[in-house]
Amino acid sequence: MALLSTNGLTAFYGDFQALYGISSEISEGETVAIIGANGAGKTTYLSALAGLRAAGRSMIEFDGSQIGGEKPARILSLGIAMVPEGRRLFPSLSVEENLLVGNYGRKAKGPWSLEAVYRLFPILRERRRQNSSSLSGGQQQMVAVGRALMSNPRLLLCDEISLGLAPSVVKDIYAAIASIRASGASVIVVEQNINQALEVADRVYCFLEGRVTLEGSPVNLTMNQIRSAYFGG
Amino acid sequence: MIWVDTIVQGIMLGGLYALFATGLSLIFGIMRLVNLAHGDFMVLGAFAVLVGVESLGLGIIASAILAGAFMFVLGYALQHLLLNRTLGKDLLPPLLVTFGLSIIIQNGLLEGFSADTQRLKAGGFEEVSVQFGAISVGAMPILTFCSAVVVILLLNWLFYRTETGRAFRATSDDPVTAQLMGIDNNRIFSLAMALAMVVVAIAGLYLGARATFDPLIGPSRLIFAFEAVIIGGLGSLWGTLAGGVVLGLAQAIGAQVNPEWQTLAGHIVFLAVLIVKPRGLFPRTAG
Ligand SMILES: Nc1ncnc2c1ncn2[C@@H]1O[C@H](COP(=O)(O)OP(=O)(O)OP(=O)(O)O)[C@@H](O)[C@H]1O
Ligand SMILES: [Mg+2]
Repeated sequence: MALLSTNGLTAFYGDFQALYGISSEISEGETVAIIGANGAGKTTYLSALAGLRAAGRSMIEFDGSQIGGEKPARILSLGIAMVPEGRRLFPSLSVEENLLVGNYGRKAKGPWSLEAVYRLFPILRERRRQNSSSLSGGQQQMVAVGRALMSNPRLLLCDEISLGLAPSVVKDIYAAIASIRASGASVIVVEQNINQALEVADRVYCFLEGRVTLEGSPVNLTMNQIRSAYFGG
Repeated sequence: MIWVDTIVQGIMLGGLYALFATGLSLIFGIMRLVNLAHGDFMVLGAFAVLVGVESLGLGIIASAILAGAFMFVLGYALQHLLLNRTLGKDLLPPLLVTFGLSIIIQNGLLEGFSADTQRLKAGGFEEVSVQFGAISVGAMPILTFCSAVVVILLLNWLFYRTETGRAFRATSDDPVTAQLMGIDNNRIFSLAMALAMVVVAIAGLYLGARATFDPLIGPSRLIFAFEAVIIGGLGSLWGTLAGGVVLGLAQAIGAQVNPEWQTLAGHIVFLAVLIVKPRGLFPRTAG
């Protein structure tokens, strides 16, 4: 059975419809990548999963219960954590405080703790007392990922964690995703970089203008299929 | 010697203004809400202590504790049921609603306690003074100042050393992302208002014990609180204490020159600070 599934998930910004019935699923321990052009609805999809956007109750199912439209705090407590687009660190909190606030709403036993996050990203231990805004972009992304891990999520949502980072830093961040997978969590990554997505994911969904245009495992997908699903036509 | 005396009195008066200002500063800092009823809540706090002393026959300290508990519950309920609905991008709704609350509190107190002036009696403690060389300082002003310092120390401990404090700061930085951490903004705001109201009750205690009060003096006390917050600079409670001290000094020195200039001198210094350093003397540097 799927850990999480969406059934005809829709989302609106006022009169504008951003998602037109997304059906998707992810199993326990699986890593799924969402690709799609700018404005395809990837962030909207993750926000709905995290409870930041209204959704019908039955549109999202997690671990057997319907959670569509629940409050973000409730969703986190069930074990869905998000690394938001643009990192969104708390500027008046130190690096360590940013990490600590990550488990405010969910104190679950599991592989992740302050110590484990510092082992994953040793540079953060050196910077722990610093203000988060004094870090480089890559280090900030590490804090954002670590912060989400602190709640020991069963499902981790990552929105464009490689955006604007140097290739070597992207490699570090994705190496971390590998250890997160190894720890047993399911992961949904939203990626602009298609090669990166194909490399990390067990399965890929391609979004176009609020709809799923392609779904499959990277080994079975051809570049042509992906291109037409990505750009339409 | 008279000037040294004036300066000491001014600093001590600053402690009172810092107490007036702390609740206001706290609420603005956490939820960007300017509470126009802040002064009236202090007066309500003073009346709550008065009820404890005169109607329930309790001692002033027991009454103050009871008033603090009452204001805590009131603050939580008020934020939860009313003020949270006014928060948003637009700063106007909370201003209008707290302005309305100010009128409701004043009229409610007039109805319940008449327009008579009242005073909290501290059992002769008002008369006690301490001699430092040639200067004599009232025990009450010293206690007020120490209370302000203790309140700010405790609040800073809460903000910087506890999980709840971290949640306050995170919510103040970015309420949407705070929700992703499992923080319920409404609950955090209600808790913040409840805490601020405890500080308001303490301010009300000193407001009532150091001078007379009546149901309508809230707005004039709000002005002092407001000036102290702005002079100190938003975002830091020590700044608020410093702002209170600057205001207290200005008033004491003004009064020394001419007794009628006390409040005026405070206003002038406030305006001067606004012109020279619009962000206050000790603004929180970015981050
Ligand atoms: N706050 C908003 N108000 C109105 N429309 C919005 C808002 N946020 C997103 N949209 C619109 O919804 C659609 C989907 O946006 P979304 O941010 O989900 O796309 P995305 O796939 O994450 O894009 P990107 O790759 O640029 O991050 C877009 O057309 C966008 O313009
Ligand atoms: Mg996006």
